[in-house]
Amino acid sequence: MAIKTLIQAVHDAMLTEMRRDDRVIVLGQDVGARGGVFRATMGLMDEFGSERVIDTPLDECLIAGVAIGMALDDLRPVAEMQFADFIFPAFNQIVSEAAKIRYRSNGDFSVPMVIRAPYGGGVHGALYHSQSVEAFFAHVPGLKVVAPSTAYDAQGMLTMAIEDPDPVMFFEHKKTYRLVRDEVPDERYTISFGRAKVRREGGDVTCVSYGLLHHFCVEAAERLSHDGIEIEVIDLRSIYPLDIETVLESVAKTSKVMILYEDTKFLGLGAEVAAQIAERAMFELDAPIVRIGGPHVPAMPYSPALEHWFLPDVDRIEQEMRKLAEY
Amino acid sequence: MTDLHSDLGLKEEDLIEMFHMMLLARYCDERQWALNRQGRAPFVVPVSGHEGAQVGSVWAFERGKDVLCPYYRDMALALAAGFTATDVFAGLFGKVSDPSSAGRQMPAHWGSRKHNIITGSSPIATQCLHAAGIAYSKKLKREDAVVGTWFGEGGTSEGDWHGAMNFAGIHTLPLVFVCENNQYAISVHESKQVAGRVYKRAMAYGFPGKEGDGNDILESYRLTKEAVDRARAGEGPSLIELRTYRFYSHTSDDDDRTYRSREEVQEWRDKDPIPRFEAYLKRAEVLDDAEVSELKERTKVEVQDGVKEAEEADFPDPATAAAGVYSDLDVQGQ
Repeated sequence: MAIKTLIQAVHDAMLTEMRRDDRVIVLGQDVGARGGVFRATMGLMDEFGSERVIDTPLDECLIAGVAIGMALDDLRPVAEMQFADFIFPAFNQIVSEAAKIRYRSNGDFSVPMVIRAPYGGGVHGALYHSQSVEAFFAHVPGLKVVAPSTAYDAQGMLTMAIEDPDPVMFFEHKKTYRLVRDEVPDERYTISFGRAKVRREGGDVTCVSYGLLHHFCVEAAERLSHDGIEIEVIDLRSIYPLDIETVLESVAKTSKVMILYEDTKFLGLGAEVAAQIAERAMFELDAPIVRIGGPHVPAMPYSPALEHWFLPDVDRIEQEMRKLAEY
Repeated sequence: MTDLHSDLGLKEEDLIEMFHMMLLARYCDERQWALNRQGRAPFVVPVSGHEGAQVGSVWAFERGKDVLCPYYRDMALALAAGFTATDVFAGLFGKVSDPSSAGRQMPAHWGSRKHNIITGSSPIATQCLHAAGIAYSKKLKREDAVVGTWFGEGGTSEGDWHGAMNFAGIHTLPLVFVCENNQYAISVHESKQVAGRVYKRAMAYGFPGKEGDGNDILESYRLTKEAVDRARAGEGPSLIELRTYRFYSHTSDDDDRTYRSREEVQEWRDKDPIPRFEAYLKRAEVLDDAEVSELKERTKVEVQDGVKEAEEADFPDPATAAAGVYSDLDVQGQ
């Protein structure tokens, strides 16, 4: 076991898979000589050469489109979008092509491709370096959408994503890259998608989140524990497939639930989780479901004061948890 | 003096089969329009007029080895690459035996792993980037395979097309771009679509671009063959622009009388690639009148049989409609 940062875990998953399987290749802007603007692909070009670690033109549509072609020819491309905010020129290739190819060809073709994209705020990234875009993609049948929040999960899930025969959108919260570090096994392992993780058990409130906010939730829950309030904190890890069973089991125990996410609150993951709870566990609830999501402004603003307004911190989450526990 | 086709390395059997494929596409097209007008086929994408460009260009590729990324107009191409008339009509009727999609896609969205035709969609020029990715993969694996991608002149406006041209040029990919320039993207004329000329754009991406008469099947073959040979020799991509015309509307839901004069359509019908090739075959003494008539009759029967067989085939079972979205996940159906 070694303690690793999340970005190191992402790097190591690619390194290990590239060593194991010649079909695994990496492409994106600045992923080669520079090793990625976040250093996720550092050293890969030195070890595997510029044929397998491709510095692409500045064209996100191209990155997704050629990755699809490579996957159709049985390579295992791992494409990096430099920031999730810049993924939209690739939207058509991802949504109209990657997601639909297996279905539209009745299984004749498949797209074993991974698209990695750093997302999320809290890094003074403003409108175009802070966005959370997972809901757009989770809305599209044919895509798997995951967002690990620990180094252990990042390495195991990226390994899984590379192995997966379907297109996987792999979202990495950029603030967690160096902030989060935890134990990662030395040997290769995979983590299946669609399994949420109960990080902290508690009987008073169920707290569902992922990414950076998940860490804030754990911290807020620890604080409340001193006051005798026990929060059950669930890390979804995977958005599609969604592990609603783990959420429902927890709600059966706590009867209160809050869902936290940075992505726009309206029609976001919270809406889906809340709807499924309402459909299947309405009478378990002792309080209205609480959603804490991104406010309805175009994206996270820059000024520290404005960014703080947008992104909930541990104090605010603690308050919300307490309020719900005391409902 | 040798024949033009001998100079091009084409044997008589090639020529006869090429002519057969043109006829097959034309008769399938005429039949699918009739079926549409009878209310038996909801949607038709015509090919008529493009047969020379399609059959000529695809003939330059090696079957079973090279990879084809066509677009929806390419029925003649699909037939020449291995589709049958039955396959075409199974797609038209949305039958489970449709090789492209088992009835999931609209007609004319060609795709078949067996025939090395990559599944296509309706958004324009997306396949050009797939072709570039496949060509990169072939080069990386040192495989002796060339990739071809087809599109209309409208497709050359899309960023995907420029991205594919750029990537192909940067990496000297074994890729041939074939533009079937029929001068109209639905109703928008080439003059409002293309600044400059399509084939000249290749120069900016660092590889050759050539133009030719798409209604001349042998010229379409010659230009594409040069490009395929070049790609196979490791010399990189080429762009071939084949000028042609579609005789019918864009699809059965379009009415070309709103944007093209009947005189213009007639002018191009007079340049029909099929009688033109027929005349060549007779002149070169590959086929005589009787043999041409026999081939035409045989091809008409092939189309009739194809329609019948496809009509008798099963529709897909709605119980399978939610299958195969993912490799390993079941999704919620109705």
